[in-house]
Amino acid sequence: MTYTLFIILLPLISFLVLGIAGKWFSHKTAGWIGTLALAGVTVLSYYAAYEYFFVIGRDAVTGAFERQVPINFCWLPFFDQGLHFDMGILLDPISVMMLIVISTVSFMVHIYSFGYMKGEKGFQRYYAFLSLFTMSMLGLVVATNIFQMYLFWELVGVSSYLLIGFYYTSPAAIAASKKAFIVTRFADLFFLIGILIYGFYTGSFAFVFDTPEGLASYAQAGFILPLALTLMFIGGAGKSAMFPLHIWLPDAMEGPTPVSALIHAATMVVAGVFQVARLFPLWVTYAQDWMPIIIWVGVFTAFYAAAVACAQSDIKRVLAFSTISQIAFMMVALGVCTELQTGHEHVGSVGYMASMFHLFTHAMFKACLFLGAGCIIHAVHSNEMNAMGGLRKYLPLTHITFLVSCLAISGIPFFSGFSSKDEIITACMAYSPAVGYIMTGIAAMTAFYMFRLYYGIFWGTENKELHAAHHPHETKVMTWPLIILSIITVGVGAYTTLAGFGMFDGYSFGSLISADGQDYRIHFDTSVALTSTIVAICAIGLATWIFKGERQPIADKLYATFPRLHRWAYKRFYMDEVYQFVTHKIIFACVSKPIAWFDRHVVDGFFNFLAWGTNATSNGIKTLQSGRVQQYALVYLVGTILLIAMLLIF
Amino acid sequence: MNTESIVFLVLAFFVALFSVLSVTTKRIIRAATYLLFVLFGTAGLYFLLGYTFLGAVQIMVYAGGIVVLYIFAIMLTGKTGDAKQHTLTVGKRAAALVAALVGAGLLMFVIITHQFVSQQLGADITNESAAPISQIGSSLLNAGEEGNLLPFEAVSVLLLACIIGGLIIARKR
Amino acid sequence: MNITIDYFLILSAVMLGAGMYGFFTRRNTLAILISIELILNAADINFAAFNRLCQTGIEGYVFTLFSIAISAAETAIAIAVMINIYRMLKNNYVDELDTLKW
Repeated sequence: MTYTLFIILLPLISFLVLGIAGKWFSHKTAGWIGTLALAGVTVLSYYAAYEYFFVIGRDAVTGAFERQVPINFCWLPFFDQGLHFDMGILLDPISVMMLIVISTVSFMVHIYSFGYMKGEKGFQRYYAFLSLFTMSMLGLVVATNIFQMYLFWELVGVSSYLLIGFYYTSPAAIAASKKAFIVTRFADLFFLIGILIYGFYTGSFAFVFDTPEGLASYAQAGFILPLALTLMFIGGAGKSAMFPLHIWLPDAMEGPTPVSALIHAATMVVAGVFQVARLFPLWVTYAQDWMPIIIWVGVFTAFYAAAVACAQSDIKRVLAFSTISQIAFMMVALGVCTELQTGHEHVGSVGYMASMFHLFTHAMFKACLFLGAGCIIHAVHSNEMNAMGGLRKYLPLTHITFLVSCLAISGIPFFSGFSSKDEIITACMAYSPAVGYIMTGIAAMTAFYMFRLYYGIFWGTENKELHAAHHPHETKVMTWPLIILSIITVGVGAYTTLAGFGMFDGYSFGSLISADGQDYRIHFDTSVALTSTIVAICAIGLATWIFKGERQPIADKLYATFPRLHRWAYKRFYMDEVYQFVTHKIIFACVSKPIAWFDRHVVDGFFNFLAWGTNATSNGIKTLQSGRVQQYALVYLVGTILLIAMLLIF
Repeated sequence: MNTESIVFLVLAFFVALFSVLSVTTKRIIRAATYLLFVLFGTAGLYFLLGYTFLGAVQIMVYAGGIVVLYIFAIMLTGKTGDAKQHTLTVGKRAAALVAALVGAGLLMFVIITHQFVSQQLGADITNESAAPISQIGSSLLNAGEEGNLLPFEAVSVLLLACIIGGLIIARKR
Repeated sequence: MNITIDYFLILSAVMLGAGMYGFFTRRNTLAILISIELILNAADINFAAFNRLCQTGIEGYVFTLFSIAISAAETAIAIAVMINIYRMLKNNYVDELDTLKW
């Protein structure tokens, strides 16, 4: 399967071609180069998935999908034996699934961007960066070891930075790109430390070590391995926007909307989840006591983001917070997974599968939502909800796909979100009913704020003046990706729902991807499924009741009754201000300023003094070299006199 | 106190006085004139020593040739004397004066403290060192033990070089 | 009072001192040359006096001759240079002749 190398090479070539020679291409040519490269990647990814799951299939002995390493070479060896950085391609169920997710969403975004970015300055640059991002993300998921993962992890961060700051003339975009880069870099520092600790104590950067001695010694290593894993989790939390490192994601919406769909909804932000999943065998085996960290960070983030999303007015911000909340669901699902064994009686391992399943479905419907939001923004030229309203007449296709995705994210049966979210809640229930009910509640909040968004955009009062000026319309090239993504959402949802209720012998997502690679048949727990569906429908009903009408008396009344709560939620509970305070007032003022002063005055001062001293000495000496013969002669005479005097005296 | 002594003292006073005047006067043409007097005085000293040929050369070459050259040069270069903006500061002048005085003083100290084995000027002067002109001539053109042909030729080549050099440097371009 | 070599030497020391003073203080290049002539002349006197009063032989005598010849040559070249400088700078003050310094 060495052809999988081209999955990474194709976008790299496209990036290099567009990045170096892009300015000589027309917009159309540049777009086609990027899109064709991605089409190639998509075909290869699907073929690789087909080959991996159905041609190579399960191992005859273990009955699981085995890891395939088509390419692996020692890239940077340290010492003679021992630590070495490898580069290669690792195929296992989750990386193959990620290949499909990334290539599909990226392909859709490439097509979509034809319409969305039409006529933008820097169109070629945009496609070059998209290719760079896709290459890095693909490299990240197929990494054979933590170090390669980290390498591509940073590349992903860079391309995210470049794409958020794509409109580099806008100060907000620049600030957002810097914020995203700095916050994720800060988190990545912990990731790096974790990697170093891990490499130092285990002598390897591999994801698993299966030598018996290794197992024995690291089981006794006490807190070292859990510590390394937790540090790596902080890195993942930064990338996946977990509280309190989430602050960059809402601002990252300053980038072009297709970029938000690709990077900040479907692929890059789930890198943290993917990382935890990748290291999951280690977590479960050596660090189970530390896993509540993942759970509670996830639970709190899910709640916080959902609460904030209820009050935002910028549609991309709502989607951003909903993304944070949904990623937190995935994190929680990983955290509540307590064993690797799968099978009908082992509910403890459902979380892993549920998390990956939700990652998959979420990528599809959230990309659809973002692309739909892009269509809406393209149509009304504003991000604010009050500029919208009543758009269902103008954007019928967008309306339908958006509704489908909203239903999916709310967890309505026969839509993909239902199956995955239901599995997550089942896993939570198995871990602890408390977590399960909290997550059910947050799922209800999700349904509520998504439908608040939906009604705010497509129903409600129409902003007539604005619409008369712009005449909102849809573009064909932009609606195709929406249709494809919503078909996937509905198709996967319907199939898995029916499978989960026992119509197809349960052969669905869990059969391909599960904690230990064994065949896991998804089967819904009826009580959980029923509860969450009813709760979701209630929440949708509530949203309909409050927000559907032309006027919204109940909403206004609620704002009036709880002005402070609304204000706090709208201001994201002042997290950005807290950061501002901590960084500026405490770190900058108390730490950075004195250090800067020391640098300016003591370190620089010393060298300035040296320079000044040299200069002054030179100036002093320069007057001796006056070019005046008489002065020279005088000095010469004085010297002679002194010499003679010395001769006379001694 | 013989005649030679009186003549020497008069000449020495004359020479010393005009030396000092020559470097202290403001006007350069006067400086050249005082130099001429110094050179005449020096020629007188040579005569006093009995070196008549040397004295004659001194008057011909120095007084007759060089000083005339100076005076022509001074006239050619227009303004005589130091212009206002080129006057020295008092400090520099004092430094130069101190340096010159200390230098001369040091030399005098050495001269006075050193015991020279010297004849006296006057009656007891020996005739051998009076150097008749024939002896000078044969010495200059003699390549032998006592001869000075090599320096003579060297000086003649030098003079030739100076003639050519002077022409080339001073010619109009 | 007997005139020995000391008197000549002191006289030449006075001339030398005057010449040095002039060399340091003059600004006009021709005046500096005049000072140099004084210094050379002091040396000539020493040659002649030593030759006459302290030894037999004629080396000092001959070297005084050479010295006069050389100072004549030197003066000729120096004055040629001065005139050339004057043509270029329209003056010959030594404190303005610092172009070669740079």
